[in-house]
Amino acid sequence: MQDILSQYETVTENAVKEWFKVGLTSDFPENSGACIKYKTKQIAVYNFARTGKWYACQNLCPHKMEMVLSLGMIGDKEGVPKVACPMHKKNFSLEDGSNLAGEDLKIATYPVKIKDGNVYIGFSD
Amino acid sequence: MKHIIVVGNGMVGYKFCEKFVEKAASKDFKITVFGEEPRPAYDRVHLSEFFENQDAKALEMAPLEWYTEHGIDLIVGERVSDIHRSKKTITTVTDREFSYDYLVLATGSSAFVPPIKGVEKEGVFVYRTIEDLEGMLAYAAKIKANNPNAKAAVLGGGLLGLEAGKAVMDMGLEPHIVEFASKLMPRQLDLRSSQVLQLKLESIGLNIHLSKATNQILGDKAITGLEFGEDDVLDVDMLVISAGIRPRDELGKTCGLEMGVRGGIVVDNKMQTSDENIYAIGEIALYNQMIYGLVAPGYDMAGVAVDQILGDSDSLMPDDIDMSTKLKLIGVDVASFGEPFMPAAKGHSIIFENKTQYLYKRINVSLDGKSLLGGILVGDATDYNMLHQIYLNGMAIPEDASQLILPASEGGASFGSVLDLPDTAQVCSCESVSKGDICCSITDGESHNLSDIVAKTKATSGCGGCKPMVVDLVNETLKSLGKEVKETICEHFNFSRQELYDLIKINRVADYDEALNLFGEGHGCEVCKPLLASIFATITMETANRQPTIQDTNDRFLANIQRNGTYSVVPRVAGGEITPDQLIVIGEVAKKYDLYTKITGGQRIDLFGAQIHELPLIWKELIDAGFESGHAYGKSLRTVKSCVGSTWCRYGMHESVTFAIEIENRYRGLRSPHKLKGGVSGCIRECAEARGKDFGLIAVDGGWNLYVCGNGGATPKHAILLAEQLDDETAVKYLDRFLMYYIRTAGPLVRTAPWLDKLEGGIEYLKKVVIEDSLGIAEDLEQEMQGLVNKYECEWKEAIENPEMMKRFKHFVNSDDTDDNLVFVPMRGQKMPKAWV
Repeated sequence: MQDILSQYETVTENAVKEWFKVGLTSDFPENSGACIKYKTKQIAVYNFARTGKWYACQNLCPHKMEMVLSLGMIGDKEGVPKVACPMHKKNFSLEDGSNLAGEDLKIATYPVKIKDGNVYIGFSD
Repeated sequence: MKHIIVVGNGMVGYKFCEKFVEKAASKDFKITVFGEEPRPAYDRVHLSEFFENQDAKALEMAPLEWYTEHGIDLIVGERVSDIHRSKKTITTVTDREFSYDYLVLATGSSAFVPPIKGVEKEGVFVYRTIEDLEGMLAYAAKIKANNPNAKAAVLGGGLLGLEAGKAVMDMGLEPHIVEFASKLMPRQLDLRSSQVLQLKLESIGLNIHLSKATNQILGDKAITGLEFGEDDVLDVDMLVISAGIRPRDELGKTCGLEMGVRGGIVVDNKMQTSDENIYAIGEIALYNQMIYGLVAPGYDMAGVAVDQILGDSDSLMPDDIDMSTKLKLIGVDVASFGEPFMPAAKGHSIIFENKTQYLYKRINVSLDGKSLLGGILVGDATDYNMLHQIYLNGMAIPEDASQLILPASEGGASFGSVLDLPDTAQVCSCESVSKGDICCSITDGESHNLSDIVAKTKATSGCGGCKPMVVDLVNETLKSLGKEVKETICEHFNFSRQELYDLIKINRVADYDEALNLFGEGHGCEVCKPLLASIFATITMETANRQPTIQDTNDRFLANIQRNGTYSVVPRVAGGEITPDQLIVIGEVAKKYDLYTKITGGQRIDLFGAQIHELPLIWKELIDAGFESGHAYGKSLRTVKSCVGSTWCRYGMHESVTFAIEIENRYRGLRSPHKLKGGVSGCIRECAEARGKDFGLIAVDGGWNLYVCGNGGATPKHAILLAEQLDDETAVKYLDRFLMYYIRTAGPLVRTAPWLDKLEGGIEYLKKVVIEDSLGIAEDLEQEMQGLVNKYECEWKEAIENPEMMKRFKHFVNSDDTDDNLVFVPMRGQKMPKAWV
C-alpha cells in the first residue's frame, strides 16, 4: 500500500518537466472536482470557477488509501481553498496539501496551467 | 541566563513547559526537556482512543515544532540516568552531561507488575505507553490469525484496567477482567454502584471475575492461562497487567533526595524537594504523604513549580486536593466527587438505584442537611458538573436534597442556572479556568463565542468533561448581554438553517452560487453546500441532478459510497412488498455486475461493489424492469417498513402493507434535514417496529394511532403518540403537516427525536400545531407537501436519459480506464473489499 502513496510527491511550478494535457476546461465541472490519469498516477483536478483558479492533487486520500479525493466537495476555510474527503471529511488545503485540522496527513499538490481552453498538469517525471 | 532542565516529557512535564512559556520572557531562561519515549508528550488519559484510529499524532499535546518555536530543546529517546547535586549537573544514558540551575523532575510512573510467577511469558503486556499498545495490537493480530475466538484477560479492575478491557475488546478478543478485590473500581465506587457498573459491563460483553488472586501465569513460552487456585484456571491467550502504578523515582533515590517509605519524592507545598533547586511534579511527587494519579492535580503542581521558579512565592499547592473524577468508561458514565464513601457519623446518604437501566446515584449530605459532601454517579453523569460545583463552592442545597439526583419526571428539578455559580467556581479543572474567567472574557468584549473562549482560556481542551457547562456559560452570558445566541451553519453563512430556508424561499433564489453571493461569504464548504441542496430540494423538489456539485458525494452520484470507493445500489421496494419477478431481476443484475447482495434493515435489497461507470448501466436495467431510485443515499425518506397486516396475518386489524406502500410512495424523494424512516404495523404486536421510526402508524380498533419522533441508531427513542384512531385520510393529513413542519424548522442533520427534544413545549406544542393548527399554517404545510408530491420524479431515470447528466459517471476525465486500485477478496461465496491496511 505504501507504494501507492510513495509515487505522489508535490511538484512545484519550477520543477515541472512535462506539462501534460488532460482535457478541455469544459470537461471539468465548475466548482467541483474530477479525476485524470497520468502514467500510473491518479490526479484530482479542481475547477474553482468562483475565483477562476485551478488546483490539482493526488486522488488518493492518505487516511484510508482510497482513490476518492476528486469526488470530495470543495470550498474554502478562512480563504484557503480546500477539499473535504468524501469518506471521513478530512479537510486538505489545496495550496500546500496540509491537513487543515493540523493532523499529520498530507497530500501532494501539482501545478495547473490553462492555455487556449486546455488544462495542463505539471509533472516532474 | 538560567537553565531549567525538565526530566520527563509526559502530560505534566509538557504542562510545565506550556505554563512557563506563557509567563516568562524566554530570554531569561533556557529550558531543556528530556523524554525517554521516542515521541513528544501525548495525552495518556485518552490512550484507548489510539485503538480507534491508530493515530499517535492525534494524541500529541503539542507537535515537535511547538517546542522549537518556543526555544525549548526537546531531547526525546534519551533517558536521564544520574543527578549530580553537588555540581548541579545531570548525565544521560549516552553519557552526555548537562548543567542546570533548576531541575524539574516529572518522570511520572510506570505500570506496577506484581511478582507473579510467569509474568515474563510472551503475550503478557502492561498498559501504559503507545509502544505497549502497538505491541498488544501486533500480538492480538497474531493470536487471532490462529484462533478467531482468542481471549484476553486484564489483571486489575480499576479505572485503567477497565479502559484496557475496552482496548482488548476493540481488538476483537474476548475480554476478561480479573480483579483481586470484591468489586470493580474499588477506589472510586461503593459496593452497590460497582455492582451496577458490573451489570452494565457484562451486558456489553465483558466477562468479570472478582475476588481472584492470581497464583501463576500458565504456558510454556507464551501465556495460555491464569491459575487462581487449585482447579481454578482461566484459559487466555493474552494478558494485560493494569494493577496500579509505581512512581518512577529512581533518580531521586540515587541522588539522595528525601523519599517516601513506599516510594515517591517528598515535596512541600512549593513542589520543592529536599534540595531547593530540584522540584518534583506529577505522579512522582509525594505530597501530604499521597501520590496523586490524576492529571488535574499534576497540572496544578506544574503551575506551582513554574510560579516558584519565577519568584512568585505566594503560589502554593492547596492542602486539600480535589480528587473528583468523571469519565466515560466503555461508553458508561462514571463519576465520583468529594467524599464518595462517607462514614455514617458524618452525614446521610441519598441513594437512587435502577438496575434495569444501569443507573446509580448517591449523594452524601451533611447531618444538618445543608451541604453536599460528595457522591457517586454511574450510568448517567449529566448532573456531575452541577453537583461538583455545589460541593466545591459549598453552595446551598434544596431542603429535599433528593431533588438533586431524582429524574425530573419523579419530582426532581434541575437545580439552578450556571449563572448562579460564584465567579470563583472552577469550571475547567484541567486548565484551572473559573466561571469568572469565562464570563468576564465575554463581558469585557474580549471573546464573542465558544471558540474565542477555548482559544483564550484553554477551557475544555483537557479532558473535555466541562464542555456542556462551558457552552451553557457562554450562551447564558451572551444572552444576559442581550446578544442573540445563534447556531449558524458554518463560516460561509451567518444564519441558522431555518433563516436560510426563509431567505431562499422569499427571495426566490435560483441556485447555490446566488445564495452565496446574496447571503454568504467565501466559497462554501462541505457543510453549507449539501444543506442548501436540501433546502432547494424542499422548496422546489429539484432532484440532485440539477446542482450535482453542491451535493454530498452520495447524492452527487445517486449511490452510497462504500469503504473502497465503490458504490452500492438500492432500488425502492415500497413497504417491503416485492414480486418474484422483481426478485429475479435484482438477482440477475447482481450476478451480471458481480455485486455483493444483502437485505437491508428497511426491507429492501442492497447491491454493493459497483464502480462509478457501472452505475448508469445497472440502473438502466433496473428501471427497464420497473424499479426506481430508493434514495438510500440521500438525507430523504428511506423506507416505510410494514408487517404483513390483515391481508394474511390472523391477528391483523388493518392492511398495513397497503398503507405503508401508499405512504412510502407519497413521500418518496422527499429531502429533509436528516434521513426519514417510517413504519406501519397491522396490530399492537407492532412487528414493523413502527415506534422505532420517525413516524409510525399502528392499527387499533377504529383506525390508526400515529406516533412521531422515534429512531433506532446510537440513541434509540420510542416514537410518541401524536393522535389516536385516525382514518387513512386524516393520518396522511397529519403526517403531511408534521413532516413539513419538521423540514422547515429543524437544524441541519437533526433527526426528528432530537428536534422534538429541543422544540419548546415538546409533544404538547407539536399536537397543537399539527392537530389544532394553533399557528394557522396547517393548510400551507399541506399544500406545500402536496406540491412536492406532485413534482416527484425518479432522479435516476432523469439522469440516464440525459447525456449531459451522464458525464459525471466516469472515473477519469481523460481516459476510459477504470480504477485499477480496487481489490476484492472472496467471502462466503460473495466478494468484499480488501481490508484497510
